[in-house]
Amino acid sequence: MVKGFKGIVGMAAISSLALSATPALAATEVIWWHAMEGSLGEKVNEIAEGFNQSQSDYVVKPVYKGTYSENLTSTIAAFRAGQAPAITQVYEVGTATMMNARGAIYPVYELMADTGQPFDPTAYLPAITGYYSTTDGHMLSLPFNSSTPVVYYNRDLFKKAGLDPDAPPTTWEAVAEAGKTIVDSGAASCGFTTTWPSWIQLENFAARQDIPFASEQNGFGGTTARLTFNQSDAVVAHVQDLINWQKSGVFSYGGRQDQASPRFFSGDCAMLMASSASYASVRDNTEGFEFGVAPLPWDPKVIDQPKNSIIGGASLWVLKGQSDDVYKGVAQFFGYLSSAKVQADWHQFTGYLPITDKAYALTREQRFYEENPGTEIALKQMTSTEPSDNSRGLRLGNMPQIRDVIEEELERALNGDKSAQQALDDAADRGNALLEQFERSVR
Amino acid sequence: MSTFQRHRLAPWMLMAPQLVIVLVFFFWPAVTALRQSFYVQDAFGLGETFAGLSNFTRVLASRSYHEALLNTALFSVSVAFGAMAIALLLATMADRVLKASRVYRTLLIWPYAVAPAAAGVLWMFMFDPTLGVLTRALSALSIHWDFRLNGHQAMVLVIVAAIWQQMSYNFVFFLAGLQGIPASLMEAAAIDGAGPWRRFWTITFPLLSPTSFFLLVMNTIYAFFDTFGTIDTTTGGGPGGATRTLVYKLYQDGIIGLDLGGSAAQSVLLMLMVGLLTLVQFRYVERRVQYH
Repeated sequence: MVKGFKGIVGMAAISSLALSATPALAATEVIWWHAMEGSLGEKVNEIAEGFNQSQSDYVVKPVYKGTYSENLTSTIAAFRAGQAPAITQVYEVGTATMMNARGAIYPVYELMADTGQPFDPTAYLPAITGYYSTTDGHMLSLPFNSSTPVVYYNRDLFKKAGLDPDAPPTTWEAVAEAGKTIVDSGAASCGFTTTWPSWIQLENFAARQDIPFASEQNGFGGTTARLTFNQSDAVVAHVQDLINWQKSGVFSYGGRQDQASPRFFSGDCAMLMASSASYASVRDNTEGFEFGVAPLPWDPKVIDQPKNSIIGGASLWVLKGQSDDVYKGVAQFFGYLSSAKVQADWHQFTGYLPITDKAYALTREQRFYEENPGTEIALKQMTSTEPSDNSRGLRLGNMPQIRDVIEEELERALNGDKSAQQALDDAADRGNALLEQFERSVR
Repeated sequence: MSTFQRHRLAPWMLMAPQLVIVLVFFFWPAVTALRQSFYVQDAFGLGETFAGLSNFTRVLASRSYHEALLNTALFSVSVAFGAMAIALLLATMADRVLKASRVYRTLLIWPYAVAPAAAGVLWMFMFDPTLGVLTRALSALSIHWDFRLNGHQAMVLVIVAAIWQQMSYNFVFFLAGLQGIPASLMEAAAIDGAGPWRRFWTITFPLLSPTSFFLLVMNTIYAFFDTFGTIDTTTGGGPGGATRTLVYKLYQDGIIGLDLGGSAAQSVLLMLMVGLLTLVQFRYVERRVQYH
């Protein structure tokens, strides 16, 4: 989810690699559209190249198509024009859109069965695959880059404020206390800030406290789901806390998406709630101080044991309209992509979660977590509990717009225009209008 | 008369390339949008149902559309007026400068060469609540600047960014207009005892009115349509929808939200609005223009 100039570099790198991939004459081409920029894009090329070298029947060609939403729009436009790629990467909030486009997608479990590719759905981590599977456990898309939110904290600022850098706060109450100590001691002007406010502060807050975000098992049960987060006292109280903390400096709002990160990098904020996939970017941007990683906080007043957090990132969807040969290539490539070696390498390089147990085990074997402290926390947080109906994830139509609506109302609450309850009620009302509209469009 | 009758086909043939372009790139998409605005469709186009006027009623009844309409009005008026007033001031000043006038002109025309998205990023960084150079300056004046949360500040920021971009374009036209005013007129007025202020309002300004009118139309269109990149990179329509203009909303609903019927309805409404606005401008404002 890194935006910016790197995209151009990534695109140039991809096109040059794609050209140099000199396919064998009879090889079948498998086109893969994705939204991985910069070094992530190069890694994608490396994976495709590795697969192409491993056999001579198929050539996977990755093509960078811009941001997640740009890639989704391009894919849809291409599908309508009969020019769809075989594989496309879709962000998690586009899942419901893809799932409900039954005539356009080729479910992964069917593809694997039809092509006779060995496929064991239980080899994948349930907390991740649950998001991309039907309620009866059939995998519709292949998880590729999944992340989950964690807390990055500035160990130097913790020391300066007299806090123990080896014992980062794990509950919301402790986060508030630590934030207050940091601000009061003058160590920094803000306790914590957050990226992706809706994803981390609402969607994941609800999941971790086992609160329904929407009806129908958060949308997994069908397109009649409606938003319910505004009916939870705990969610309202959390937003009210954010409003109060914004006033006292414990919390500082830094914008949607990744815009809050610089406040952590510059030392203005002592803690940053962000995706586990931000690990590399945090490491590269915090050379002036030591940082630590902690799990996403939870509230012991609401629940005895926190549930797993939910994932972000994207998965790979297969589109209809290709030849059988292409599908065989896709299945074989998915097998390669799921192998422990490829997955472990991707996980270690990017900070995205490994999608299989074997990749996790291999990473442990390679002592990666010991050498890179904090990198295992996201995975532990994801796998600590069996996902419940409230923590499996969200499967809501029009989710990109719903997120925009939530973030807008959140901003209005934080700048003092609305109370927490009012803002959440308005967000739910507007979001439900979008859900009704989605229900109509897929009927 | 006979010449026209003999060459009935020729004018059409000469116009054909232009007509083809207009048909393919304007009428065809416009008709498609009009058709789509009456349907509810899933994103992949696998099925569609006729929805009558429901897309329009839904759009017109939504509060976020009303807010976007108000934002657009405030934004366009401020940008068109601001960009023209500042450009006129600068053009008048540049017109008087004799030495190094080329340097000034080049410097003033520069911003137009910057892509809107790049300009947006530039302004975003200058005013970033944490890192911005100008944020520090403002906080020295004890102004708490945070456009990520303060809607008014965000609006001011996108207006300033959009004005800065369009100013150069206006400047070129105003300067050319000023240089077309005969020096003898000004000299005669000066001999009659008219001061610089009076000369400007009674001679320069009326003589510039064709240029100003042309620029008014162009600036309105600019503010409506071409500021998308600036808004997208600076504020992304936020906070709380405070800088979401009609075009930006159309993009959010259509491209990100994949609500094709709703965004088609919005584009039809936008087309009507701009058409109406242009009509008003030509009917009422153009009357005051003096062509010479």
